Amino acid sequence: MGHGGGGALSAELIEQVFAPAYGNPLLAGLADSAVFDLGGARLAFSTDSYVVRPLFFPGGSLGDLAVNGTVNDLAMSGARPAFLSTAFVLEEGVELAVVGRIARAIGAAARAADVTVATGDTKVVESGHGDGVYVTTAGVGLVPEGVDIRPQRARPGDAVIVSGPLGQHGVAVMSVREGLEFGVGITSDTAPLAGLVAAMLAVTKDLHVLRDPTRGGLGASLNEIARASGTGVRLRDRAIPVPEEVANACGFLGLDPLYVANEGRLVAFVPPEHAEAVLAAMHAHPQGTGAALIGECVADHPGMVVVATGLGGTRVVDLPLGEQLPRIC
Amino acid sequence: MKYIEEFHDPERARRLLDEIHATATRPWALMEVCGGQTHSIIRHGIDQLLPENVELIHGPGCPVCVTPLDVIDKALDIAARPEVIFCSFGDMLRVPGTDRDLFRVKGEGGDVRVVYSPLDALEIARKNPGRQVVFFAIGFETTAPANAMAVHQARRLGLGNFSLLVSHVRVPPAIEAIMTAPSCRVQGFLAAGHVCSVMGTAEYPDLAKKHRVPVVVTGFEPLDILEGIRRAVRQLERGEHRVENAYPRAVREQGNPAALRMLEEVFEVADRNWRGIGPIPASGWRLTDAFREHDAEHRFDVSGIRTEEPAVCRAGEVLQGLIKPTECEAFGTACTPRTPLGATMVSNEGACAAYYLYRRMNAPAPQGSRIPREEMNPVG
Repeated sequence: MGHGGGGALSAELIEQVFAPAYGNPLLAGLADSAVFDLGGARLAFSTDSYVVRPLFFPGGSLGDLAVNGTVNDLAMSGARPAFLSTAFVLEEGVELAVVGRIARAIGAAARAADVTVATGDTKVVESGHGDGVYVTTAGVGLVPEGVDIRPQRARPGDAVIVSGPLGQHGVAVMSVREGLEFGVGITSDTAPLAGLVAAMLAVTKDLHVLRDPTRGGLGASLNEIARASGTGVRLRDRAIPVPEEVANACGFLGLDPLYVANEGRLVAFVPPEHAEAVLAAMHAHPQGTGAALIGECVADHPGMVVVATGLGGTRVVDLPLGEQLPRIC
Repeated sequence: MKYIEEFHDPERARRLLDEIHATATRPWALMEVCGGQTHSIIRHGIDQLLPENVELIHGPGCPVCVTPLDVIDKALDIAARPEVIFCSFGDMLRVPGTDRDLFRVKGEGGDVRVVYSPLDALEIARKNPGRQVVFFAIGFETTAPANAMAVHQARRLGLGNFSLLVSHVRVPPAIEAIMTAPSCRVQGFLAAGHVCSVMGTAEYPDLAKKHRVPVVVTGFEPLDILEGIRRAVRQLERGEHRVENAYPRAVREQGNPAALRMLEEVFEVADRNWRGIGPIPASGWRLTDAFREHDAEHRFDVSGIRTEEPAVCRAGEVLQGLIKPTECEAFGTACTPRTPLGATMVSNEGACAAYYLYRRMNAPAPQGSRIPREEMNPVG
């Protein structure tokens, strides 16, 4: 399971098993989506599987995630998402009403993200061989001319910006998970981000890196970017937006909000001369009202993410090993 | 949360630090007993901000770290049984036994579940009357009352399928063992606030007097820790050795009477083995005879366990404050969170893990290729 957690083990599985087996330059970038020319168009292409439990949680459902997740993976290349596929794996015995509710959520989320579900597939596995419903989506989108957004383009001096408060999705899901329920009034941040990215690109096409910090959270995303670009990242602890409820829940559970999953947030590396204008454009967009400048890309400690603590000390933010585990006390 | 935010205030931290710098005229070595405090110190960089003559020594207060290997191996043995649902706090799942851990048992088909409370495990027992539900009851005085409550409730509800694998340990005997060790350098203690919120402070005055060490009951937020250090240094400079409560918002002298009653009813003091340290007299609890039927060691035959610690691991010396994690030859090379040799590297609150996670400014990025373990269910 740790190999799917978005941390060091996930990266290792991809780098050591899948990438060598498939062997092509498109995979080398390890971005959220592949970008290539086809028939004169510049396309982004991405796929992702969604296995969340429970299927419905405060603020969203498996269906919302399956659309927004892939839409956002495309948007992180600067693409305007256009078409999606959906593939359902149903466990024998799952109620049709549940499948219907997820399908309606997919339809609604697709309309909200302005994408068309163009094709799909359904399989059923025996009882006990699944977790109710799994959904895989793939998507394609068009990348505007002159846009080149990938982790390798991070440069020392870049402003590091997040689009809003962190950790809401992961805490919302954990708060209702069987056996782990605890009362917090927090809802998932799941949302499509292509519109926000378009607003940022309207300021400058020279955005260097975009990433949606899903599983593994901001900590994992920044480590991936630092390693891909050979730069360092320096954050300011007190500038990182973590809602009180998320901080409290994480404190209670012994989790670090920097590693908690998000489904409607992005982190951007923006050339310093454009940072202020991009931040202003984000603030003017509904998905970016809580955007914040949290640090910068640096030449020191390449491949490593470091936080300046509020008290004046420093600490490393490592790539998490797998998923975080709640502590004893 | 403003309440927590107040205890991170940089201005107040600076004032406390200034006072500590102005007060400390000689070298002093303080031990923070609790792993939660160690984690907070390293995470917030507090040790980097102290004067050079005030050294923090990390104590044995990580419950995951000190759970002895034979108990881990017993847990693994029980968890692998088909009739058992084995419930544990999450951070015990990666702790290595002699040849595997609970994640590996889960990956091999064992029904191992992460819970947040022993009462969750009790609920699982209620819903699964045909199966044996075992809760891994580890930890200090902080977690013991809730575990005692779970057993008490199981008895009241007639849940014969619920038992505890107990490895509870007590702080004061550990302090006594540290102070009587010939190599001890500790001159003052930051006592663990959570423990004292349950037990009160009555166990400490004799220790402070006997060993002539200040004991300052200290919380876990950055300002709590700085205040604890400030008071301990002030006592040392004045030649005092008293018990002070620097965590009054959580700790009363008499502790939590309801929790203490529950402990007394369900547990009795017993000798305990500490991983990396060895046996400490009267340093733990076990279920009383009246609750013996809920003792997993009584219910399942786990005799004949043979344990073997990695030869190069120096976790025991780290736990006793004899060396810093970075002084261990295996630190960051043979021993990393990916390939932990000892529990101090695998535990969230372990001193080695804290140093590895937060203090590798110039170390290479972690590498590895081992196919690992089952972890928590995904959220996306």
